[in-house]
Amino acid sequence: MIDFTDEQIERYSRHIMLPEVGGVGQAKMLEAKVLLIGAGGLGSPAAFYLAAAGVGNLGIVDFDVVDLSNLQRQIIHSTERVGMLKTESAKKTIAALNPDVNVTVYNERLTSENIMRLFEGYDYILDGTDNFATRYLINDACVMTGKTNIHGSIFRFEGQATVFKPHAGPCYRCLYPEPPPPGLVPNCQEGGVLGVLAGVIGNLQVVETLKLILGQGEPLIGSLLIYDALRTEFRRLKLKRDVNCPVCGENPTIKELIDYEEFCGLSR
Amino acid sequence: MSVKVRIPTPLMKLTDNQSEVTAEGATISEILNNLESQFAGIKERICEENGAPRRFINIYVNEEDIRFLEGEKTAVKEGDEVSIIPAIAGGSGR
Repeated sequence: MIDFTDEQIERYSRHIMLPEVGGVGQAKMLEAKVLLIGAGGLGSPAAFYLAAAGVGNLGIVDFDVVDLSNLQRQIIHSTERVGMLKTESAKKTIAALNPDVNVTVYNERLTSENIMRLFEGYDYILDGTDNFATRYLINDACVMTGKTNIHGSIFRFEGQATVFKPHAGPCYRCLYPEPPPPGLVPNCQEGGVLGVLAGVIGNLQVVETLKLILGQGEPLIGSLLIYDALRTEFRRLKLKRDVNCPVCGENPTIKELIDYEEFCGLSR
Repeated sequence: MSVKVRIPTPLMKLTDNQSEVTAEGATISEILNNLESQFAGIKERICEENGAPRRFINIYVNEEDIRFLEGEKTAVKEGDEVSIIPAIAGGSGR
């Protein structure tokens, strides 16, 4: 059990006074280990709020640098940091916000070669990537290691969020067995996104992560939440495990990690 | 039988930018054919040549995935809401 300092009791007082959190829950958060894949649209607000909440150990995987066109939504970065590694920028912002948080940065592109090493030591994986190749890699590695995957994705004015807890509920391949072939889904550049949508979905991922850490409420396991910003509407669809799922089904055919060619819709 | 069909953002180009349309039919298969007659080209975006939904697109009647009902033969009734939900990858990293 963590002995809180006076400063921590003050910092987290609005958490500690919630019966669902309390000192015990806050201590769980300070001890939790969350790996964020991507410090972009979804990863920025997610890392920011996880840090504010006092989730004590954050790993951030990203190989990209901050670009001016990111700042419309990637709020953990700033104008003066254009050109800086996103991981370093995120680490700086978090250090200024909450010194209780240990940030470990990984300036690497996630691949089948490094994913198991990067996952080691983390309890929860927050998927904030921007392409199918990495999403399938994360899914398969989560199923193989039993780690819970907090999933979010956004496109224009629409977002999706869910929690994939291996064997307790469906995985990404139970929904979509294979990534779409290039050309059949729109590419990132022609897509565009309302910046704040990244905040809505990224923060829903944080809410789900905190609930899992605290063991409170009903996480979005077996449920896909769809947000339509233009209609101001949330819908929940039921997701089921597929007994024929190639990775988490009864007779899995995928037993090794696959590096799909990276594409976000059209091949680059 | 008239049902509401929710069109996902990537297919709204084909529905004059409408995110909700009405379609007629007693099964999902009929609904998809009716959609095609209203919005040419939409069916091939949703289905394989054999008429089954593509593997990166799921179709729901109300909250239920038709793969766990009767697939394209799943019956719909007046007032049902059909949702077409494709995989989307964006996290807007770039």
